Amino acid sequence: MQTQTTTGPAPGLLARGGLPADAAEDIYLTLTVADQLCGVPVLAIRDVLGVQVITRIPLAPAEVAGSLNLRGRIVTAIDLRCRLGLPPRPEGHRGAMSVVVERDGELYSLLADQVGEVLPLPRAERAPNPVTLDTVWRDVSTGVHRIGERLLIVIDVERILAIG
Amino acid sequence: MDDLLADFLTETQEGLGALDAALVRLERAPDDIATLSEVFRIVHTIKGTCGFLGLTRMEGVAHAAENVLGRYRDGTLRVTQSGISVILGAIDCIRAIVAGLEGTGAEPAGNDSALIASLDAVASGEAVPVPAVSVAAKPVAEASPPVSAAPPVIVAPPPTPAASAAPSQPSAEPEAGGPNAPPQTIRVTVDVLEGLMMLVSELVLTRNQLLQLSRNGADSAFAVPLQRLSHITSDLQEGVMKTRMQPIGNAWAKLPRLVRDLGVELGKKIELDMRGAETELDRQVLELIKDPLTHMVRNSADHGIETPEQRIAAGKPEAGRIMLNASHEGGHIIIEIADDGRGLNAERIRQKVLAQGLATEAELAAMPEREIQRFIFRPGFSTAAAVTAVSGRGVGMDVVKTNMERIGGTIEVRSKDGRGTAFVVKIPLTLAIVSALIVEAGGERFAIPQIGVVELVRVGGEGAPQLERIKNSAVLRLRDRLLPLVNLSSLLHLESPAKEESAFVVVTQVGPHVFGIIVDRVFDTEEIVVKPVAPILRHVTMFSGNTILGDGSVIMILDPNGIARATGVGAESGEGEAERDGKRQAVAHRSDQRTALLLFRAGDSTPKAVPLGLIARLEDVERERIENAGGRPLVQYRGKLMPLVPLGGHWEQSMAPERQPVLVFSDGDRAMGLMVDEILDVVEEHMMIDGAGERPGFLGTTVIGGKVTEMLDTAWWLRQAGEDWFGQDAQQEAGNGCRILLVEDSAFFRNLVIPAIGAAGYSVTAVADAEEALRLREAGAVFDAIISDIAMPGMDGFALARALREGGAWRDLPLIALTGRADQADIERGRAVGFTDYVTKFDRAALLESLRQCLSAPVVG
Repeated sequence: MQTQTTTGPAPGLLARGGLPADAAEDIYLTLTVADQLCGVPVLAIRDVLGVQVITRIPLAPAEVAGSLNLRGRIVTAIDLRCRLGLPPRPEGHRGAMSVVVERDGELYSLLADQVGEVLPLPRAERAPNPVTLDTVWRDVSTGVHRIGERLLIVIDVERILAIG
Repeated sequence: MDDLLADFLTETQEGLGALDAALVRLERAPDDIATLSEVFRIVHTIKGTCGFLGLTRMEGVAHAAENVLGRYRDGTLRVTQSGISVILGAIDCIRAIVAGLEGTGAEPAGNDSALIASLDAVASGEAVPVPAVSVAAKPVAEASPPVSAAPPVIVAPPPTPAASAAPSQPSAEPEAGGPNAPPQTIRVTVDVLEGLMMLVSELVLTRNQLLQLSRNGADSAFAVPLQRLSHITSDLQEGVMKTRMQPIGNAWAKLPRLVRDLGVELGKKIELDMRGAETELDRQVLELIKDPLTHMVRNSADHGIETPEQRIAAGKPEAGRIMLNASHEGGHIIIEIADDGRGLNAERIRQKVLAQGLATEAELAAMPEREIQRFIFRPGFSTAAAVTAVSGRGVGMDVVKTNMERIGGTIEVRSKDGRGTAFVVKIPLTLAIVSALIVEAGGERFAIPQIGVVELVRVGGEGAPQLERIKNSAVLRLRDRLLPLVNLSSLLHLESPAKEESAFVVVTQVGPHVFGIIVDRVFDTEEIVVKPVAPILRHVTMFSGNTILGDGSVIMILDPNGIARATGVGAESGEGEAERDGKRQAVAHRSDQRTALLLFRAGDSTPKAVPLGLIARLEDVERERIENAGGRPLVQYRGKLMPLVPLGGHWEQSMAPERQPVLVFSDGDRAMGLMVDEILDVVEEHMMIDGAGERPGFLGTTVIGGKVTEMLDTAWWLRQAGEDWFGQDAQQEAGNGCRILLVEDSAFFRNLVIPAIGAAGYSVTAVADAEEALRLREAGAVFDAIISDIAMPGMDGFALARALREGGAWRDLPLIALTGRADQADIERGRAVGFTDYVTKFDRAALLESLRQCLSAPVVG
């Protein structure tokens, strides 16, 4: 089947993600969108899929990449690059991964360039959005985590789906 | 025992449903032996089975009811309304017991002695003046044996060798009230069905992958079983989809009884006419619309239908009629609930709106009637003068509307005072299965619901019809009509790789409008399950949903209604939204009335037409009589000189035929003639003029008798006769330069009316809609009289009249209504809102006379 489980580079982390969440920690799935590291709360995620056949939807908002079939349910695909005001995927990219989330009984797929690992992150370490953050990003992000040398933007699924 | 009880309950539920309808039928036709037998059989079955199951309370009631029915059947008792009422009461009692059984598995406690007593009273013929009263106890005693005879039914089937005994068993059963071949049904929870649906979809995908693999590999050992698997999967998918569908009749089953009870309670005679009960829709949707539908029918019976006395006084048949009609239309289910009652009282709605402060008087005046009627959908709005037990409590239509909107439906109301009210509910086929045509445009595939598709036409290529262009819009001449075309690729902003020259046209019908959709390719038809689009895509009205095709790909379903609205093809169907958005791109001016047209030929071979009403006379003028004065042909006509204008362009005496056909247009004692080559015919046609590609002297083209025909622009040709010819004359004419404002949405009629009254010496300003007229008023324009069309998009003539009469600079101006139809009711309505006079379109003489009178007499506002 087309469904894939996440193939994180660090299986140990995956195992850790399976442990009961500490109340002080939130568990995120990391994704990369045009080199930017983002995190989506694991509890919001229904499925992670590999590259899918996506049907374009004419006249739809630009952020809507199209729709795809997930085991008989129609999933609306949201292009995160476009949603976050980033340049489109370069030619020759092997295709976007789908992170499927649910909202009001409808399924949406967030298209990311790469899906990384499952990370438990202490809530206390989450920093508020920098005030200078781009307004689009500030709107959809609930905070920032430092992961080694990189910054992870925490994505609010509700907000990211508020299109149009 | 539990299984037995469950079976009994299912069967009894069905029986009860059928009983309600049958009893109401019986009441209306007491001599219908078939219905009577059916009723008797059902009640008998229920009684027999519950005796067997030991349900004594239910048995007692059923038994007493059966006694009455038995006497009806034997003909020893006449069917009466009161008798039926008591039996219906018994049915209700049984229903209540069944409900209790379902809940607890045991009969609820209760005392039915009063009910049984009244049933017995009916059975013994009390209060019924039938002389032959037999002993009431006798049938009771007789009826018992079948109950005691029931046990043999459960005796295990006789051992196989006893073949002779087997036939006797089934033959005994029907007599004992056994199964009368009820439809075999079981109850399945929706979750199970949903789960099945999901699994089947997954199975389809897996099947497709397997097929793909087998096509790539050479291993043919799998090919045949795989093919079988594929077929079975398809059948399974179809079967599972069908489990969700139910005929709408299921939601209507209770209505005959409801209407009957209401009729008795309110002292009205009401007939219920149900059509399209077999229309299938998703059971989920069915559940959701059941209550709103019931409410609307109740409303019709209570508010809509008058009492028999009122109806007779109004010249209507004594019995009122409520009609339910369900049908599929372009990816929607349309349910119409109509009655022929008193209609909505617009005046009362208006008062109520004012009283509740929902709108100001000025706003109301500017509103078309439809808008005013829509106030009944506001919360807490009820115009019922009295609150009855049935309705009028001020909760109702707003709840209905909310419920409909919740499932993505719409509700419209049409009503005519004194003639009836119709509610039209349009529900999307949220999960309904439809047959759809799969097409391709701009490299993408789309589904078009088959219901809206009239035919498919291949265009371009050898021997196929060709696309034609009028300016930039494509049209197709299909048999005798000019079909407006919409290019799907450009409509959806897709790049179209294929050339239009070899395309397909999907001829589509939306309501009365027919248009063509140009697509690149046509694939196949497929049964699809319509799924609603995600909420973030709801604003794209071009799609009614999306679906997953057999090969697993997602595809958008086109909504022909949406396409029609977006392109203006169906703009005048009364929706109005498109017009108000200012997006109107109407490609055609349409008039619903038929007009007598004179067909003739002049110059080229294209036939030309002019409304017969504009022509004063047809003349044949001998060539010799035509004179030439200063390069202009003239003829002496009725003692005066009449200028002649050659319609074919240049005119030369030597080339002219011996007798020259001339169309004479006259005005007062003046006249001008149009010289034509040949007069062809007079036809009555609906005028649908395509204004695109017009050239001077012609308003546009229309199709008459299968031929493209040019419509004459009379005004232009009148000017050709010499502007000062009329202008100079105008000074002495009645018009005397009076300023007239003409409000008329159709360019065609504007072009007819302007020259007609312009020629009489009036100075005419024309606007295309009422809003524009009001803007002119605000801008301080001054006129002496206003002529307005009635039927206009947006604000109509009535609303304009109200707005004008309400105040402002034009309050006292004469106001003449110009209309296609002038029945008495319309005229009275027009006068009521402030029109000074009413004139039919084309009746030029009447219009001029009306203007003359209006302008000469002082008008009282």
